[in-house]
Amino acid sequence: MKLITHNMLTSKGIKNVKEGFPLKIQADEVKNVDIDFDQDFISKMVPKLDWNALIFAAQCVGHKEDLPDTLPEGYENDEDLLRKLHHILLEVEVINGCLECPETQRKFPISNGIPNMLLNEDEV
Amino acid sequence: MKLKELESWLQDVQGFSAPRILLEQYQTPPHIAARVLHTAQASFKDLEGKMVADLGCGCGMLMLGASLLEAAHVIGVDIDEGALEVCQENLTEAEVDNVELIKADVTRMMKDQPRFHKFFDTVLLNPPFGTKHNPGTDVAFLQTALEISHGAVYSLHKTSTRTHIVKKAGDWGVKAEVLARLRYDLPNTYKFHKKASVDIDVDFIRFSRQK
Repeated sequence: MKLITHNMLTSKGIKNVKEGFPLKIQADEVKNVDIDFDQDFISKMVPKLDWNALIFAAQCVGHKEDLPDTLPEGYENDEDLLRKLHHILLEVEVINGCLECPETQRKFPISNGIPNMLLNEDEV
Repeated sequence: MKLKELESWLQDVQGFSAPRILLEQYQTPPHIAARVLHTAQASFKDLEGKMVADLGCGCGMLMLGASLLEAAHVIGVDIDEGALEVCQENLTEAEVDNVELIKADVTRMMKDQPRFHKFFDTVLLNPPFGTKHNPGTDVAFLQTALEISHGAVYSLHKTSTRTHIVKKAGDWGVKAEVLARLRYDLPNTYKFHKKASVDIDVDFIRFSRQK
């Protein structure tokens, strides 16, 4: 699971959960990969992201480094920032661990890089 | 990448070792997958540099092809552990890193994962046709695909359901373009299949929002 996907995942399907976002990451095993930088692609992705959730996730996996706490204006032209975003969103993979619902503490396991978001019948 | 080369890569994709009948698991035939993907890129530029999803990714045929055609990022979703294992092996074998997998129920995606609404540039799917006690699954999959895509959706549906599918699309305000009619020649996948292979006529359809 990469952090781009984490930024989208919620536990909102669980009954009585209001937001279910962001999910807390417990990362037992993390892998780094090399992905070609596509400035245009990263730039277009930014408006879809929840910035606070991204910073939270980066902290969970120990990669917050020098990402700013808030998204600066003019980010589209800030190659340096976009490269950092590229790295944190696409090049850091949680291989084993779990995601945790902030409201119910229900855990979603991550194994072999794949988060299991399936809910049981009695949860929905 | 030329169509033939793409098809050749996709022929190496491993299929299911123990396909589950109720989930209608079978590998999308490589020549069909190659045709769908090649058209999506060559005719519509819907893959290169794009955020792509493969719903019901199975062993990963479509998502691997999308990655080979230089999609920026591809996310595959499947409900079955066995499928995801095979898929993960295929992706590792092909040495593609710009891919991710999620274990989830595609038909529940908008309830469970509302943040995926209009997140993808392009969505690909070869949905279960609903032949095994689960009618309407292909429509449910298609509906999810249309919700999570802000661009095009490429799907395969039985030709016999074409009128129904096109009408549904119309009801949803979506344009359905039948790009080709293809023939699945499914080799004897399950023990109970009496014939050596089964021919099914399948429509390759591109869905997009009315402008």
